[in-house]
Amino acid sequence: MSKLLEVKNLRASYGQVRVLHGLNFSLEEGGVTTLLGANGAGKTTTLRAICGMVKCSGEILFEGKNILGKSTEDVARLGVAHIPEGRGTFTRMTVEENLQLGAISRRDTQNIPKDIDKMFDHFPRLKQRRTQQAGTLSGGEQQMLAIARALMLRPRLMLLDEPSFGLAPLVVKEMFEILTALNREEKASMLIVEQNAALALGIADEAYLLETGSIVMSGPAKQIGADENVRRSYLGY
Amino acid sequence: MELFIQQVLAGISTGAIYACMALAVVMIYQAIDHLNFAQGEMAMFSTFIAWQLIEKCVPYWLAFVLTVIISFIGGIAIERIVFKPIENAPVLSHVVIFIALYSVINSAAGFIWDFTVKSFPSPFGSAPLFGSSLISAHQGGMVAVTLVLLLLLYGFFSFTRVGLAMRAAAANPASSRLVGIRVSWMVALGWGMATALGSIAGMLIAPVVFLEPNMMISILLYGFAGAVLGGLTSPGGAVLGGFAVGVIENLAGTYIPVVGSELKLPIALVVIVVVLVFKPAGLFGRVVVSRV
Repeated sequence: MSKLLEVKNLRASYGQVRVLHGLNFSLEEGGVTTLLGANGAGKTTTLRAICGMVKCSGEILFEGKNILGKSTEDVARLGVAHIPEGRGTFTRMTVEENLQLGAISRRDTQNIPKDIDKMFDHFPRLKQRRTQQAGTLSGGEQQMLAIARALMLRPRLMLLDEPSFGLAPLVVKEMFEILTALNREEKASMLIVEQNAALALGIADEAYLLETGSIVMSGPAKQIGADENVRRSYLGY
Repeated sequence: MELFIQQVLAGISTGAIYACMALAVVMIYQAIDHLNFAQGEMAMFSTFIAWQLIEKCVPYWLAFVLTVIISFIGGIAIERIVFKPIENAPVLSHVVIFIALYSVINSAAGFIWDFTVKSFPSPFGSAPLFGSSLISAHQGGMVAVTLVLLLLLYGFFSFTRVGLAMRAAAANPASSRLVGIRVSWMVALGWGMATALGSIAGMLIAPVVFLEPNMMISILLYGFAGAVLGGLTSPGGAVLGGFAVGVIENLAGTYIPVVGSELKLPIALVVIVVVLVFKPAGLFGRVVVSRV
């Protein structure tokens, strides 16, 4: 397996406050990687840095090319689909329009309707709501829509920021099952940022542990999940 | 009854002017989520360009097309030069620039072409339409052009990918970037289209009100009223709103004794206030429902 994303010595700050102190991590093609950490550890900032949404220094290699400093829209056009915290759905538009927007930078327009139908197969609930304004969907449905919209890009890499945020436990479980299935069927590589460490470790191959802007531990998800300290501080048992 | 029908017809024909302008107002609102106070002046300036071309013996329709193209490019240029540098500035900065643009363009037109009133030709002629003395051929043509523009815009926003991207960029710029939309160019495109629309409105209005640097001041106000009445998010609503404002203005002038012809302009303001108080989304604007 080759490296899809390699982050080297990534530093970022908001004004005077340094948030990331030289992160190094990498992602396998086709794999699921998770970034774990408490509030304020810098997880969201890391995702935002990859998408060119915060000023940062270091190196971010996507398929071997440095994308640091590229604009957000250019990074998206390379096939990086970022599902931000709060989901970033177009609340005033219909479900179907949201899906079309996901594919807006694609050139193979003739395949888009087919892909939309495929999304409706993955998420039958969205099909029932196709002409409804996205803002009127339930939290879980909106998260499904956000994932479906990201897939419409036919992404090389999906960045998911707290996909479980604000969802009922049952919905969270369903969503992670869908993510696992998508990883298997669509071969979508994923980088998942989560506070819910148990869930994320459940579906990830690799895991990195972030503490106040530095990576303190990394390795296969199983190994991290079995670690005594991680269990005590992040899994709570 | 005869008087009523006459006044309604007359209202529709002046309403066509407002509808045209309202369409341009909605266009820019779709693109940048603000009202552009300089829009009337930009339309006036475009009309002067058309006038200049016609004076130089360019045939009317060629001048028309050239003006639309020049306005489209000019609109994009204004956005790139003036608004791009302040894209993250607060709304008030934008408003201040709109007002500055307003007076710069107004004075520039006065400086270049002076303030004397000029007549502007109509492509439709001024003969009465179908032998009726209420609506002239020009006004009929204006109604037709407005409706055609409306259809084109509707098609553009509903069925093309660029139209969808433009709507998305206006509604939610951050998410739009994440799906790869070049938001800042969408805004520029919106400016170009709004300016082009404005130039068409200006060229249609000029034969009626005569061409001079201040010709658009009250018309823009009526255009705003029409857009607000119909709903700032709905091109169709804006056009209908424009016609409605024309009719309301005429009927009020006829039937409410105190209004007369002097107090017609405040009617537009009354419409704006009443709509904003009772139905802020306008008659046809999309009501945004959100979960709380």
